Amino acid sequence: MISIVRDLIRYNIEFAIGLVLTTIIVIFACLSFFSPVNPNLVYTAIPDQPPSWQYWFGTNSRGQEMFWQLSFAFRNTLSFGVTVALISRVISIFVGLLSGYLGGWVDRILMFVNDIFVAIPIFPILILFYFVMRSNLNSFTLALVMACFGWPFDARLIRSVALGLRHREFTRQAVFAGMSPIKIMLEEHLPYVMPIIFATAMANMIWSIGLEVTLAVLGFTNINIPTVGTTLYWANNHSALVVGVWWWILIPVIILVMMFLGLFLLAVSLNEYIDPRSRLRRMGV
Amino acid sequence: MTALLDVDHVDKRYVLGGVLSREHVDAVIDADLSLQRDEPEIFTIIGESGSGKTTLARMILGLETPTSGQILFDGEVVPTRGSGKKRHAFMAQVQPVFQNPFEAFNPLKRVDRYLASTARSFLGISDHTAVDAAMDQALQKVGLSLAEVGGRYPHELSGGQLQRAAIARALVCNPSLLIADEPVSMVDASLRMAIVNLLKTLRDELDVHVIYITHDLATAYYISDRIMIMQKGRVVEAGPARAILDSPQHPYARLLKASVLSAEDAGHGRLTPAAELMRECNELAKRGDAGKLVSGTDGRQVRVYSR
Amino acid sequence: MASNDVLEVRDLKAYYLMNYYGVTREVRAVDDITMSIKRNEVYGIAGESSSGKTSFIKVLAAAIRPPLEVVAGSAVYDFSGMRPIDVARASDADTDRIRWKYLSYIMQGSMSVLNPLRRIESTFEDFAARPLGLSGGALRQRVVEHLATLKLGPEVLRAYPHELSGGMRQRVTIGLATICNPEFIIADEPTTALDVVVQKDVLSLIRNLQRQMGASVILVTHDMSVHANMADRVGIMYAGRLVEDGPTRTLFTAPKHPYTAHLVASLPRIGDTARRPALEGRPPNLADPPSGCRFHPRCPLAIDRCKTEVPPLATVSQEHRSACWRADDVEPLVTADGDAGRDTVTA
Repeated sequence: MISIVRDLIRYNIEFAIGLVLTTIIVIFACLSFFSPVNPNLVYTAIPDQPPSWQYWFGTNSRGQEMFWQLSFAFRNTLSFGVTVALISRVISIFVGLLSGYLGGWVDRILMFVNDIFVAIPIFPILILFYFVMRSNLNSFTLALVMACFGWPFDARLIRSVALGLRHREFTRQAVFAGMSPIKIMLEEHLPYVMPIIFATAMANMIWSIGLEVTLAVLGFTNINIPTVGTTLYWANNHSALVVGVWWWILIPVIILVMMFLGLFLLAVSLNEYIDPRSRLRRMGV
Repeated sequence: MTALLDVDHVDKRYVLGGVLSREHVDAVIDADLSLQRDEPEIFTIIGESGSGKTTLARMILGLETPTSGQILFDGEVVPTRGSGKKRHAFMAQVQPVFQNPFEAFNPLKRVDRYLASTARSFLGISDHTAVDAAMDQALQKVGLSLAEVGGRYPHELSGGQLQRAAIARALVCNPSLLIADEPVSMVDASLRMAIVNLLKTLRDELDVHVIYITHDLATAYYISDRIMIMQKGRVVEAGPARAILDSPQHPYARLLKASVLSAEDAGHGRLTPAAELMRECNELAKRGDAGKLVSGTDGRQVRVYSR
Repeated sequence: MASNDVLEVRDLKAYYLMNYYGVTREVRAVDDITMSIKRNEVYGIAGESSSGKTSFIKVLAAAIRPPLEVVAGSAVYDFSGMRPIDVARASDADTDRIRWKYLSYIMQGSMSVLNPLRRIESTFEDFAARPLGLSGGALRQRVVEHLATLKLGPEVLRAYPHELSGGMRQRVTIGLATICNPEFIIADEPTTALDVVVQKDVLSLIRNLQRQMGASVILVTHDMSVHANMADRVGIMYAGRLVEDGPTRTLFTAPKHPYTAHLVASLPRIGDTARRPALEGRPPNLADPPSGCRFHPRCPLAIDRCKTEVPPLATVSQEHRSACWRADDVEPLVTADGDAGRDTVTA
């Protein structure tokens, strides 16, 4: 494990940069565990202070220190994005592999469900959830709902790989070696599907975080939970740019871009590394 | 009944297009063969691409269902996919060996995995040492050993070793019938004979029946007991291997033999295609007459046509 | 370079140099090959996987792309009306000039040569218009005439590749390769994917065309029986080296290298059920080949010297060379009449 990371750092510049960026953000987010400030309190500091040695990221119009506020925000946003990505990966792998390998009516039913989810417009549904649940809508529930919409496209991708693998000779040999369908899917086929998982996990994270930010800015989520989106909501609410409190918007956006960039570079370089073709080349085939 | 395998007037027709389509392909027409349990033999099916030999093999393995006719193994109809326990018991007795050893193993996984799985699944053993012993035993039968193969990936072995490992995998569960579909066509010439000789050993020392599918008449001559020549889905000549290959009677069989390149008289370029025979075969194909199988004196069957 | 030679290869070394994630690999695919091909001759290259023959062909076809690099040596063509050209280090412009007009190739798998989305006539235009200097009606007429010699009717031109049978496609590929009357044709496993009946047909076609045009053909295949019937001379490659070469008949009846002896003996023939010998060991790893003579781990005649010193390709008799320290001790394992000899070659 360590040697793999070491190799990647040494030979893959994308991985190195991505790792650095992501680590910075993650450390930043983890600092929230040691925060001396409760993020839900307002007016704990002098409002509208620009970045200085005392307040590294300045303070916002609500009298909160931006540094700790953003630390919590990124912790929540990151964990939100990761949760959505994880849950939707699991669903898409499950659906894609089953449907591709078993075929027949299983395939038909699953793809039918898949297409329904593709057709349903997600935005109105999310707003509906907000209106029904109001302040009971916590991050996890939102993540769950988004995960239920984040799997269809990727399931189809995985299904097409699984379809191809079904007809390869090692699958037939595995059947005659007595391996059960589940074993074949998880042990023989999954490695071929991993590159798709990685690539789509990244896209999924960007999508879900972007959607969350959109909802938050418009006020359709629980605005009392500090996330990147709600930070921007409050900034908008207090007309931050008009008033001149530029650091309230600029700093979270910069950090957000850094985060996306880091995740993207990581995903791309890891993807290339675990791709079966590159693995075979490294093994010396 | 001592018949191990009985293929009884089997047809396989593929319908192309949708439900209302009339287009079809007759992959196998009226195929008939049987193997007796107490006479282990190497039965060769010879044909070119499109002859139906692979389809027939797939039907015997239970991967396809015949459109008409039936295939009986040990007196029972061959269970096709998804029949649970019966299929499992069947697979314990009938095992395939595929053409491309490098495709038959997942390049990302170790080779012994498949042997271990076969042992666990069909021999009903789960103890680590018992599984290793079963694997080693099977590998010894093909001239390899667990020490050589254990922990290796497919690309670390040569084509010949890999194919032998594939045969060992098929032997782990002590099957009575091995179906080898072009097992040596993708193996280097210098390693080929080891595998062909191995098939002979399986028959002579381990009492395993082998159905050997190939397009190579020379290796067929070398190891077969009986042979069946297929053309476009039909059996054109069948019977004792040496007799048929020494003097084939059906025009297609004669054409095949005449087209084989031999190394005798090397350097003198015996390349004239058998034009006469090709013409004769084309005539027969054009006439579209199915003909019928007639038994000959030396135990062979030849398809003859009305003049 | 003898004026009789159309190709002379000298000390050619071509390796795959790869650096991937800190792992450097040097695959010695072509390691010191010296040979020549005369005009109007069919030269067979026999070898199995990991013999390096495919890489050798790539160099000869001037298709050298990274990670394949020519490390040393030369491969010089002497075509009529041109200065000799060394494809191992020629520029793209030079190779473009000889390609198809003087040097062409017939590849394995006709579907990979013929663009499935274009009709045959368009493919002919793509390949042959510039070298022939013809276009439109004149080109078409030339193509039709040429296809007629291959027993293909003009209706083939309007067809797409998938509409033709495998044998017809391969004939079209041969037609493509020969329409400009090249002096040198590289045929890489031209009949491997074909049925036995079609194979004989296609091979006889290649042979007839070669005789007609007076061109030289280098025929690469692992199938020894093809060499027996097609080649005038045969070169046996093993682990990137040429281990024996000479006239076909001599190699098949009196080989002077144990590998050749084995290859010839292991061919099964109809009418003969004697036990065929099998070779021990496995094909060499070109990234880490055995020391000395690369065949020594599998050779029944190996002695200590074979492990340390590389045997040179030495002349054994007229035009017959063998790279073996014990060439004189090599006996055919099975005689030409098919009588089974001893199972292994003994000193």
